Amino acid sequence: MANPMRIRASAKDGVTEVRVLMSHVMETGQRKDASGALIPAHFITELTAKHNDKVVLSAQFGPSVSTNPYLAFKFKGGAKGDKVTVGWTDNKGESRADEVQIS
Amino acid sequence: MRNALKPIAIVAALVMSHGTAVAQSTADDIAKYREMIADGNPSELFEMEGEELWKTPRGPMKATLEKCDLGMGPGVVKGASARMPRFFKDTGRVQDLESRLLTCMQTLQGIDPKLVIDGKFNSGERKTMAALVAYVVTHSKGDKVRVDMTNPQMKELYALGERAFYYRTGPMDFSCATCHGEDGKRIRLQDLPNLTKHEGAAAGWGSWPAYRVSNSQFWTMQHRLNDCFRQQRTAEPIYASDVTIALSVYMAAKANGGEVMTPGLKR
Repeated sequence: MANPMRIRASAKDGVTEVRVLMSHVMETGQRKDASGALIPAHFITELTAKHNDKVVLSAQFGPSVSTNPYLAFKFKGGAKGDKVTVGWTDNKGESRADEVQIS
Repeated sequence: MRNALKPIAIVAALVMSHGTAVAQSTADDIAKYREMIADGNPSELFEMEGEELWKTPRGPMKATLEKCDLGMGPGVVKGASARMPRFFKDTGRVQDLESRLLTCMQTLQGIDPKLVIDGKFNSGERKTMAALVAYVVTHSKGDKVRVDMTNPQMKELYALGERAFYYRTGPMDFSCATCHGEDGKRIRLQDLPNLTKHEGAAAGWGSWPAYRVSNSQFWTMQHRLNDCFRQQRTAEPIYASDVTIALSVYMAAKANGGEVMTPGLKR
């Protein structure tokens, strides 16, 4: 089970700003461990953000994204108390989704 | 003759002003970079993990740490790390945050401190410790460093810490003071705080423990100090040993009154 994300969403003047901090190793598959063996690739491949049930952002991630990625974006609309859901899937098929209310 | 000298003077002036401009913009750019990433300080992930660990029954005694006394009464976390290291009556000695957490883990949960003391950073119980530290120090953010230097044992450790700070050792004959005893020193592009002065100690002590972006790790003060010894090319200190606590007392005393900015964010 992947670790939880920290999501913050705040609405101001009809625009909602969402800030997401994900917990993920984002291993590139290029690095070697102390014994010289390749560390297998393990990174987020897809990310989807929803406002209530509507997709407001979908992204493809790759191995060039840092460990514990941080993502900030804005979308039009959104009111206090609305739901924002962010979910990701990685190349090993693991996934995680977290939900937050807009403040 | 006069005409020939003039351009040289101008060139020299240009070179000089250019030099300072570069130095300033580098420091500015690092400050800007810190500001940009401060918003998403991944320390929060460790803090979340630590909070869960704090409230999870663990060890042979299957107990949580919710009754751990960090000096503010059982279970009180808020402001606790801003007042550490401090003297604890029950153990009869001065403890820093990590040695105190070791005491709590041992007395409340029955976890052998050796697992941490003899462990490796970023694995096992030391990893657990780092998350717990992240949780505790976050609750002192914005507080002021307030260590009680009236206690005689604290004074004793301060004196020991000062000696350790200036003690030159290792093949390079380095002491802590070699890098941290003067203003304006830097390593690569990072400014090094002068820990012998209040401003420098407040900046250094106040911003550790911290998340290091370059290696994606959360470093506790014990980890930070251990690496200072390694950079001195000398023997590693024993985890939570008196000398590490003494160095912490020395830095915290110099930083007294400064702002706690933990968990910090470092490159």
